[in-house]
Amino acid sequence: MAIRRSRGLGVAGVLTVASLAAAACGGGAGGSGGGSGSHTVTVAVVANPDITQMEQLIGTFEKENPGITVKFDTLPENQERSEIQKDISTSGGLYDVVMISNYETPIWAKNGWLDDLSSKFIASDASYDAGDLLPPIAKSLSYQSDLYSVPFYGESSMLYYRTSMLKAAGITMPEHPTWAQVAAAAAKLNQPGKVAGICLRGENGWGENLATLDTVINTYGGSWYNTAWQPQLTSPATAAAVNFYVNMVRKDGESGAANDGFTELLTLYEQSKCAMWYDSTVAASSLSAVPSVFNDTSYAFAPVDKTSSSGWLYTWSLGIPKDSANQTDAWKFVSWATSKGYLNLVGQKLGWAQVPPGSRTSTYQNPNYQKAASAFASITLNSINSVDQATAIVPKVPYVGIQFVDIPQFEDLGTSVSNQISGAIAGSESVSQALTASQADAVPVGQQQK
Amino acid sequence: MTVVEQVARRTHRARRITPSAPPARRRWARRLPLLPALIYMIVITQIPFIVTLWYSLQNWNLTSNAKAKFTGLSNYASVFTNANYRSSLLVSVEMTAVAVIVSMLLAVALALLLNQKVLGRGFARTLLITPFLIMPVASALLWKTTMLDPTYGLVNWLLSPFGVHHVAWLSSHPLGSIIAVLIWRWTPFMTLIVLAGLQGQPLDVLEAARVDGAGAFVIFRRMIFPHLRPYIELGTLLGSIYIVNTFDEVYSMTQGGPGTSTTNMPYYLYEQAFQAYNIGGAAALGVITVIIVMIIASFALRLIASVFRFEEAVG
Amino acid sequence: MTTIARPRPRAAGHARGRQVKRWSARLAWTVLVWVAAIAFFLPVLWMVLTAFKPETAAYSYPPKFTFSPTLSEFRTVFSRGIGPYLENSVFATLVSTVLVLLLALPASYALSISPVGKWRDSLFFFISTKMLPIVAAIVPIYIVARDVHLLDNVYALVLLYAGMNLPIAVWMLRSFMLEVPGEVLEAARIDGAGLFREITRVIMPIIMPGIAASALICIIFAWNEFFFAVNLTSTVAATMPVFLVGFITSEGLFWAQLSAAATVASVPIIIIGWIAQKQLVRGLSMGALK
Repeated sequence: MAIRRSRGLGVAGVLTVASLAAAACGGGAGGSGGGSGSHTVTVAVVANPDITQMEQLIGTFEKENPGITVKFDTLPENQERSEIQKDISTSGGLYDVVMISNYETPIWAKNGWLDDLSSKFIASDASYDAGDLLPPIAKSLSYQSDLYSVPFYGESSMLYYRTSMLKAAGITMPEHPTWAQVAAAAAKLNQPGKVAGICLRGENGWGENLATLDTVINTYGGSWYNTAWQPQLTSPATAAAVNFYVNMVRKDGESGAANDGFTELLTLYEQSKCAMWYDSTVAASSLSAVPSVFNDTSYAFAPVDKTSSSGWLYTWSLGIPKDSANQTDAWKFVSWATSKGYLNLVGQKLGWAQVPPGSRTSTYQNPNYQKAASAFASITLNSINSVDQATAIVPKVPYVGIQFVDIPQFEDLGTSVSNQISGAIAGSESVSQALTASQADAVPVGQQQK
Repeated sequence: MTVVEQVARRTHRARRITPSAPPARRRWARRLPLLPALIYMIVITQIPFIVTLWYSLQNWNLTSNAKAKFTGLSNYASVFTNANYRSSLLVSVEMTAVAVIVSMLLAVALALLLNQKVLGRGFARTLLITPFLIMPVASALLWKTTMLDPTYGLVNWLLSPFGVHHVAWLSSHPLGSIIAVLIWRWTPFMTLIVLAGLQGQPLDVLEAARVDGAGAFVIFRRMIFPHLRPYIELGTLLGSIYIVNTFDEVYSMTQGGPGTSTTNMPYYLYEQAFQAYNIGGAAALGVITVIIVMIIASFALRLIASVFRFEEAVG
Repeated sequence: MTTIARPRPRAAGHARGRQVKRWSARLAWTVLVWVAAIAFFLPVLWMVLTAFKPETAAYSYPPKFTFSPTLSEFRTVFSRGIGPYLENSVFATLVSTVLVLLLALPASYALSISPVGKWRDSLFFFISTKMLPIVAAIVPIYIVARDVHLLDNVYALVLLYAGMNLPIAVWMLRSFMLEVPGEVLEAARIDGAGLFREITRVIMPIIMPGIAASALICIIFAWNEFFFAVNLTSTVAATMPVFLVGFITSEGLFWAQLSAAATVASVPIIIIGWIAQKQLVRGLSMGALK
């Protein structure tokens, strides 16, 4: 057979030569792994608009602190969580600052993975004014009454609704609605294929559908565990709440709810596909960018059943791993990003409605912010400040947390339960099947707590 | 022809070339070029495997600061009582089998089409292979959003003349959607392989058969298919290897849900390692999975051993 | 199949009928090919179109095909500091591919032209490593990388990508080498060529299309690799897929921006793939199994 000498030879040759050349001279491109100098602060953050703002404004910090460079590792939430958990628990030392929440902070503080910010930095840094942090938020980030991370922004949950749509349907929404009222309104407002009566989260993930569902479970008198750490996911109260939620979203909710999380719902709401929407208070700032929707939106407190309030409590906060080789610079960055000064900087440079909400009392006393966020500032503040676990959960429970159970195993348990719930919302299994499977998953976790 | 015979033939050819070298030295001289790659692969795959084996005997959870404890085989005991793991294996099997078979059928059809003298063939082929080149994370995310979204997705719009309206693909047909995306991505790759096979077949023989009055089906069945068979087997093998390890699509599109409908084996392992942070348990699952995969693989490799026979017969 | 090679005595009308039939068949094939090609390409086209839309136009039903294109999403993508990610991707992809070829060429020689005793077992070993679930080993790999100081270091990716692609390359190159005619090799050996010369001067030129095809496959898989990249790097060595997922924001409209980032991340490989596709088919048909 003939030897195939080919035109292709040229292409292949070029490819190989190019690769070799790149190999020879490219060493500098990425080989500098270990060389992060002592003045680089590496920060793991979740991708969201407030963080993007910080990335834009970081030049100001670097100018004020010559010699410090801040590098962001920006990842979607789940990815960021697993990256930093892996890093911090194995002392990988990749990050000087990590963005975590009120779920991780107490657990990690107890594990000895985080700096005690109160005693190590805040005590000697009078300008920081930790007393200005919203009390429920600060409390949720504390372990043995010391702060182990500080809030970048904070949120509760509330009901958004389209003023004009409810008016057209002849519905008046009270400031403190009950779920029964909301369900009745949703049934009336729902126009299949056009506008959903109510948009609710169905996407799997303990921070997605479980966040909203847990507040419903709480106000219906359900809970995750009783004081003996026996799971209560099939208890009558919990089952009633889950049935209510799943039925409502299947009947009067958006189509494809099983894949909708916060992001998808915000989009639907902004596109006028939802008459009502129960979700995080931070959505209000995002909505302000769409005036036609924003101006037609009214707000109500998180709907209730047996309790007087039912909003959740969540905050993205910044903490410093014990292994960080850069503690001083890390605190400089953390204190800057969570300071009053930073909030002012955002207001001046990017607009007052863009200021990260729910972290400091002073934000809500600032006349500029009051003016720009008049529609939602007070309900956000009141929602956050009224969160109190003692009244939010009816039975006595052995755990801390409104929309989560603050134990290390919850990320896994919550994810598998949320998977079951999204299966029920998708209709691939019944609510009782989903709850029975969830209950079974929750048993061994409960036993580990004793 | 048996393996032994093949090797003997090869050895014979080599011996003719270097008749005088002593056997032991020659054997090592022959092994020498293989060693760097072999050692590299052993180091890069077996070191992590040995570490995995070690962790599988430990009770080590990243969520606590407790040191890892040796627990013997208890992690393995829990694997066998784990229904979720079994279900993830089934999902993997279904996902792989359907995606590979459909991709391959499509690939054969497309390759036959592309082998015809059609207008703008080169350009059509260029368009056709593009899905294989796109970054899977990117395409999975775009399928989830711009293509399959129930409200704004392109797919629902394209199907609306056929009476499909606002179907929420990822919640009503989650596994089917993922398989569809896998087919979209892997069909081009397999088409390339089959096309390569077709282009290696002399056309005049087929033409002669056609002129002799053989029907298209007979020509395909008797002449094209036997020639293509090793290429089809190669495509199936490579496709299976890559598709059974599908992670990016599941991770980006459904996170294993709703329920556990799309939790395949790699994603389940991921959940154990990065949501439960149960390193010991995940390691045990990994070891068991490796054993299962090896058993299946050795069967699969025997099945496609005809690939080797074929090439020996020609070579 | 365009011309009739051996005309046989048949009625003229019959022949014309066949001609028409053949033309209509060709038309049918053409339509089919194009329908298939467009169906497969549509999602890609849609990605590129969406990338040029303003966000609000990306979220519209019925989908918009006409809109005033904007570059603003691309501007946002590039303003995120794409440079280091791009550099890392290029570096990890090319260096790992070169490493793969350096290891795979002699190895496939020892598995084909001058086969070692248990060449079949070795070949099975190589291919079987592709079946290992990487996910199961990521924590051990992370720990090993930490202990040898390769966390967030692009060389960790180079080493792993080489390991990931080596089996396929060995497999492909081996089948190409089986094609090298024995007489050529014999002639070279009689001339006293050593192993190195034999491979570089005799074998490589003959199987160049095969090498190019293998390299291309390695490049595609290395460039698109996500799991190792996201787990083993943070800010210094992160590659394009990691850059891309940073655009999955949790709030607000992001499809256009995501599409722009996806387009930017995929374009280099798409172009390389398009240019080299003939090479790929040639390469595959030359070696693989013949």
